[in-house]
Amino acid sequence: MTTNPLPQSPLLDATGVAKNYGAVAALRNASLSVLPGEVHALMGANGAGKSTLVKILTGALKADAGRILIRGQQLDVRSPAAARRAGLLPVYQEPALIPDLDVLSNLRLTGTPVEPFRAWVRELGIPDLDIRETARHIPLAILRVLDLARALAVEPDVLLLDEMTAALPANLAEKVLEVVRRQGDAGRSVIFISHRFVEISALCDRATVLRDGSTVGVVDIEPGVEERIVEMMLGTRIEKTRVAARATNDVAVAAGSRPRLSVRNLQLGTKLNDVSFDLANGEVVGVFALEGQGQDELFAALAGSIRPTGGTIDVDGAPVKFSHPSDAIQAGIAYVPGDRAEALAMQRSVRENIALPFSAALRKWGPIRMRREQVVVSSAIARLQIDTRAQGEVQRLSGGNQQKVTIARWIAANARTILCFDPTRGIDVGTKQEIYKLLRELAGQGKSVLFYTSEMEEVQRVCDRVIVIFGGRVVDTFPVEQADEPALMRAAYGLPRGAKADVGILADVKPGSSAEATP
Amino acid sequence: MSRFLRNQGWVAGLFALLIFLFVVTKLIQPGYGSGDFGSLARAVLPYAFAVAAQTVVVIAGGIDLSVAAMMALTSVTAASMMNGASEEYALFVVPFVLAMGFVLGALNGVLIVVTRVPDIVVTLAMLFVLQGVALLVLEAPGGAAAEWLKASVIGTVPIPGLPDWADAWVPKALVLLVVCLCIVWIPLRRSRLGLSIYAIGSNELAAFRSGVPVARTRIVAYALSGLFAALGGLSLTVSTGIGAPIPGPYLLASVAAVVLGGVALGGGKGGLLGPIIAVFVLRLVRTDLTLLAIDPNVTAIIEGLIMVAVVMFGAFITMRSRPAGATP
Amino acid sequence: MTDSATMPQPVSFGRRIKRFMADRPLIPLIILLIILVVILQVLRPGIVNERWLANTAKFAIPLAILAGCQTMTMLTGGIDLSVGTVATMSAFIMATQIVNQDPTVAFLLAMLPAVLIGLVNGIGVGVFRVHPLIMTLGTSLIGTGFLQVYQRTVIASGAKIPDFLNWLGTGVTYGFPNALLLFVPVAVLIVFMLNRTGFGRLLYAVGDNERAARLSGVRYWQVITALYILSSLLAGITGLLYIGLIKAPSLSLAEPLVLPSVAAAVIGGTSIFGGRGGYTGTIIGALILTVLTTLLTILQMPEGGRRILFGFIVLFVTAAYLRIVEDR
Repeated sequence: MTTNPLPQSPLLDATGVAKNYGAVAALRNASLSVLPGEVHALMGANGAGKSTLVKILTGALKADAGRILIRGQQLDVRSPAAARRAGLLPVYQEPALIPDLDVLSNLRLTGTPVEPFRAWVRELGIPDLDIRETARHIPLAILRVLDLARALAVEPDVLLLDEMTAALPANLAEKVLEVVRRQGDAGRSVIFISHRFVEISALCDRATVLRDGSTVGVVDIEPGVEERIVEMMLGTRIEKTRVAARATNDVAVAAGSRPRLSVRNLQLGTKLNDVSFDLANGEVVGVFALEGQGQDELFAALAGSIRPTGGTIDVDGAPVKFSHPSDAIQAGIAYVPGDRAEALAMQRSVRENIALPFSAALRKWGPIRMRREQVVVSSAIARLQIDTRAQGEVQRLSGGNQQKVTIARWIAANARTILCFDPTRGIDVGTKQEIYKLLRELAGQGKSVLFYTSEMEEVQRVCDRVIVIFGGRVVDTFPVEQADEPALMRAAYGLPRGAKADVGILADVKPGSSAEATP
Repeated sequence: MSRFLRNQGWVAGLFALLIFLFVVTKLIQPGYGSGDFGSLARAVLPYAFAVAAQTVVVIAGGIDLSVAAMMALTSVTAASMMNGASEEYALFVVPFVLAMGFVLGALNGVLIVVTRVPDIVVTLAMLFVLQGVALLVLEAPGGAAAEWLKASVIGTVPIPGLPDWADAWVPKALVLLVVCLCIVWIPLRRSRLGLSIYAIGSNELAAFRSGVPVARTRIVAYALSGLFAALGGLSLTVSTGIGAPIPGPYLLASVAAVVLGGVALGGGKGGLLGPIIAVFVLRLVRTDLTLLAIDPNVTAIIEGLIMVAVVMFGAFITMRSRPAGATP
Repeated sequence: MTDSATMPQPVSFGRRIKRFMADRPLIPLIILLIILVVILQVLRPGIVNERWLANTAKFAIPLAILAGCQTMTMLTGGIDLSVGTVATMSAFIMATQIVNQDPTVAFLLAMLPAVLIGLVNGIGVGVFRVHPLIMTLGTSLIGTGFLQVYQRTVIASGAKIPDFLNWLGTGVTYGFPNALLLFVPVAVLIVFMLNRTGFGRLLYAVGDNERAARLSGVRYWQVITALYILSSLLAGITGLLYIGLIKAPSLSLAEPLVLPSVAAAVIGGTSIFGGRGGYTGTIIGALILTVLTTLLTILQMPEGGRRILFGFIVLFVTAAYLRIVEDR
């Protein structure tokens, strides 16, 4: 694709980049090398470290280790402003336009020239932009395009696009892709982060794949490369980890019995679209999705945190409307959020945290029967084997023990249905195993669990069925036997079951551009 | 036009309310004339500066509880410096006090940025401190103001070419207010700095990503707040002729006028015009109540009720405008 | 139960100190209190005697109860600045109504405004989500207005301090101030409520992590409304005690106690961000402040200096607390 046959020195060259958050390593050893005039894809499964790397490159975060060269010069990119000066410009998923300023003021704030901006806006397929309009009143999709135009207008050497086409209508997305490709032709580079193979095949020259915070490979984009990339993202885990030890479960879900939870045509703004599924008593249903596909909203709606805009939720066959989490709790539905900081009163004791739901109702505000509480809490602690040697504050427990406390609360409260949102994120292997076992036990006792996970192997370890969500819709439902990792990954990326993604598919999507995409 | 209404509709409505109140005043008291308007403008002066001080920080997404205490301190400082001093000495006092307000305001900002203690706590602590310093400067109301300063808020500004009857409606206090606010606000409003203040209040993350120096901008916002508060303190000294170390009711009044003026307590929205008009509205309500021969203490209650209602309404609006699913 | 059980790596001395401070905030407080008393004894040999102790306790008790209001509200991340006005109102109404009313009726009348102000505070903070500081400041202004109006209606009938309150406020029996008869049950009740009742648990939970509390089914507005009513009631009772101590009903009777009550709670280790603290620390904080005030009076520190000191204490303690929490 590049016209220059000589080997080029990279425009941006990052090596050995590492970043730790406390004891958790977000990036271990990431490298990324982008040639002039190249559209370079940055890929990786959830939590592989893509967004951390982008933040470091654009000065929003400081790396703990590593070297970043721009045009061969080592640069210390300390702030977004410094990154701008160095010619690196990001366009994030969340538009960086100030919502309460009009477009013109936003341009002035960043020192963006107006005329080139207007030209790019027209180029990107928005002919009638009112530059005096306040950003808050502009639809999100347009706003993202404006953010892109604002970046293009200062002619950056390296443009970082984070999921640029997500949530864009097809016509705008097409224009965006066209413009991005032309950036490459003009000798400027683009780093393109996307979950969509279709776009990457059509657009990119090379791809860098991250896994667990390290760069695991750089590949040229050519027909059929998708399978290799999926392999790289999965790593050695590709071999079948069929879980044999599943005989314990199988309280046979009585056929034809009423489902515990029945969701029909659930709608929530643009985030959830027509989601329907059932959750039976004694069943663990997995939810698998890439980040931001609407799973957060699905769980929040079921937990009573936000009200859906359409559709119905039935519990034990009776329709319910939750206006507050206490309504859901009343119906026996408990929500364990993925972020422990969201679920725990960190400065309070394990006991108080576990017993918190007991005091919630107005009539439970009186004196606590301490001894009885002690018994209930102790049995929950024992059941989850929480290490409570560090008495006192929950924040002094390890992450795994904290997570156990969030679950123990609902064991103690005897909730019939538990919504677990990625409960094993960032905790040690031993605790993970215990949580898997616990969830299976709960199912064995006739309780039901809805289990979102970002780790595919967990699906097979824990779930009876798995539903895959992509773009706010349920795109596929697998019984656990069929839910091997390649199948899940493909479904999660919106690729059809069984068929191998290749240029043939792309040709349908982007008729005009496939010739350019394949050299 | 529709955009004007959406962006400025609140201010326009407020202005209409103000006109309506003037009409009501004229109906209650047919003799209401230019002289009364002049005293209204004088009464508004310290409130207006207090509100300006609050507006700047609220737009930047913060709050300044030390506004009233800052006014008390600058007022007593000016009054005690001018006490027994020559008329010319006041020429030095005014810039000194303004600089003091600016620096103390900046100190607020620096403490917030450096200690990372929330703005509401830092400015509460500063409220204690500034009050204490004010008491050290002057234990009881006292001091003096230079005559030419006192004269600067009394009477009207003769404008050539304007008939006397119209001239009478241009009190010096109003002109002073408009000039002072314009000198600071108009260059700021369209500058990169002014935009940055709006930006950090509107969406701090987006501002950071747009390359706005967030910490520095926040400090400047508090410094400007201190400057406006110092203007308010000076206007107190000038209009009363003395300085009082106990802060007046300017804190709650400033917050109420900010909210009534269409500046969201969350930050990023609104301008200076709305809150200033809101101050006039609130003062005029007081005038009307007085004209209706209502007990001044009852007037205080009604005023307080209006303010609390406005603040509650503002909080309610902020709560409603939050996107669905956000933290309750 | 050592730290090393959960934290295998060696813990530095500084961190140990911090952790110790976080775990046992009472010990350094008691040490500080003793140091202050020793300084006092050194400066004025012989001042520390039985009478002085009883006197200190008498003045510390009203402060400690009001600081209890601050403790409870601060546990939820709030603050109640209306306690001064509420206490004053109750005291004033009691002193004036007792003249020609049955004591019970007078008592009920005195408690009525407390309940109303607490209710309005609670609704404003819990339902409308106004910042507690602004909300309580507003209701306190309104309350003061009402009090002024009320004063003029009872000006003819005069006021008297009921004998019982006089006895309770100033009396000493066997060397113990009678006020302890009120204070001990109140303190025990508050401590019991915070530690052993569902409501107390919710105060901590809501202040520590409102979202977590919500996900556990807690309805914020219920907790907050009940809390502010309770806080106001306590403030009203303090007012009755305080009038027995001061014996001169005025319209600013309890106002000087407001800032110290906040400072006492902060010094006592209650976090102004909520979720951490307790009443025992607050009681010691109130004692420290009372002794400190005596000390400052002996040193002839003016009122202004005291306020500055309070301001810095609040800021310093909050910032230090933030560091302790962050370093974990």
